[in-house]
Amino acid sequence: MGKKAGTPSLEALDLHCVRGERKLFGALNFTLRGGGLLRIGGANGSGKTSLLRIACGLLEPTRGEVRWRGEDIRRLQEEFRRQLVYIGHADAIKEDLTPAENLQVACTLAGNRAQRAQVGEALRRLGLAACEHLPTRVLSRGQRRRVALARLALSEHAPLWVLDEPFTALDAAAMDCVRGMVAEQVSRGAAVIYTTHHETDIAAGTAQRIELGSGTAA
Amino acid sequence: MTAALRCVIVRDLLLAARRSSDVLTVLLFFVIVVSLFPLGVGPDPALLRTIAPGVIWVAALLASMLALQRMFASDHADGTLEQMLLGATPLGMTVAAKVLAHWLISGLPLVLISPVLALQFDFPQELLGVLALSLALGTPVLSLIGAIGAALTLGLRGAGALLSLLVLPLYVPVLIIGAGAAEAAASGMGGHAQLLLLGALLIFAGAFAPWAAAVALRISVE
Repeated sequence: MGKKAGTPSLEALDLHCVRGERKLFGALNFTLRGGGLLRIGGANGSGKTSLLRIACGLLEPTRGEVRWRGEDIRRLQEEFRRQLVYIGHADAIKEDLTPAENLQVACTLAGNRAQRAQVGEALRRLGLAACEHLPTRVLSRGQRRRVALARLALSEHAPLWVLDEPFTALDAAAMDCVRGMVAEQVSRGAAVIYTTHHETDIAAGTAQRIELGSGTAA
Repeated sequence: MTAALRCVIVRDLLLAARRSSDVLTVLLFFVIVVSLFPLGVGPDPALLRTIAPGVIWVAALLASMLALQRMFASDHADGTLEQMLLGATPLGMTVAAKVLAHWLISGLPLVLISPVLALQFDFPQELLGVLALSLALGTPVLSLIGAIGAALTLGLRGAGALLSLLVLPLYVPVLIIGAGAAEAAASGMGGHAQLLLLGALLIFAGAFAPWAAAVALRISVE
């Protein structure tokens, strides 16, 4: 758990990404320190999701490397993954399970055993108290997104959050709640990367921004 | 780590319980295919007794083939697979847990019902145990080998047909040894050798297949 403000946590060195025949980005560098917030912007198809997937090790960069506290994440493997919370484009939610069960499974997979009471608390925080025991199938798109994001309320120990379009399908109240959680996490000394189309600002100490271009033929 | 593995197994069983039609389809397919043979071949008890182990084994193989595609598909579609890849547990272990859950859902029911089906073939009652035991040892091997194929063809167009082409040839040794166990027992030689071979195959596949499937999953998810 890092109150290591100032030491570089996540470093991207000379990242290149080619998907299909298209070069999404090249020679991308960034350094994210504990207590830092990085927002990645850019048009649809500019490689935001690919960049996030590279940052958490789901995708191999065409060239370059990502380092966590000075070490290549490919070498760190589980050691890096235990520190990371990734909320992807897909909600990772099973329609036949209830929000509480979904959240419990997500936490256990990440190696973080949450008590039943904590799970209920997290769901209430995202405004899902009323549908805690309904199958997720009957929930709306925005409510499902809230279930996925409720994991953040149980992930305060993780020094790195990677959020892919966290605000999609959320209403104003839920957006405020997520912004609040991110700001709190950053103030606790964790690093957060996120992408968004929304013109929204999260109040945080050191906020950086990367705009990805439209990509060129490789 | 054991908590995560138990969680994967319990979750998959819970999902199967809430969507029981998937389980029943595989089981009914197995029952119907096996039952077609006495109808098609005719009521010659000696012939039926001879073909019983082979027919039951081939049907079990096709039924487990039918269920294979689902092993990772829904987790891949809804993003849970990404979370498993990023989980704190080594992916090979998670895959092993998923294969075990998959076998409990789609393999174990076949093993349990096989003695009943064998009665249609006038199969000697004292040999039903050998037949069921050969399936109990063999069907997990089918699930383990199938997991590699399912992981490799994940997200591809026409994955079902490709999966069969990829996996069926690898099933051949299991089929020969598995069906051979009951046949050897029927001919009075005892099926111990075949059962031991199946056990060895199971240990071998159990040790290596989850890790091979894990590598394939990482490639498929990219």
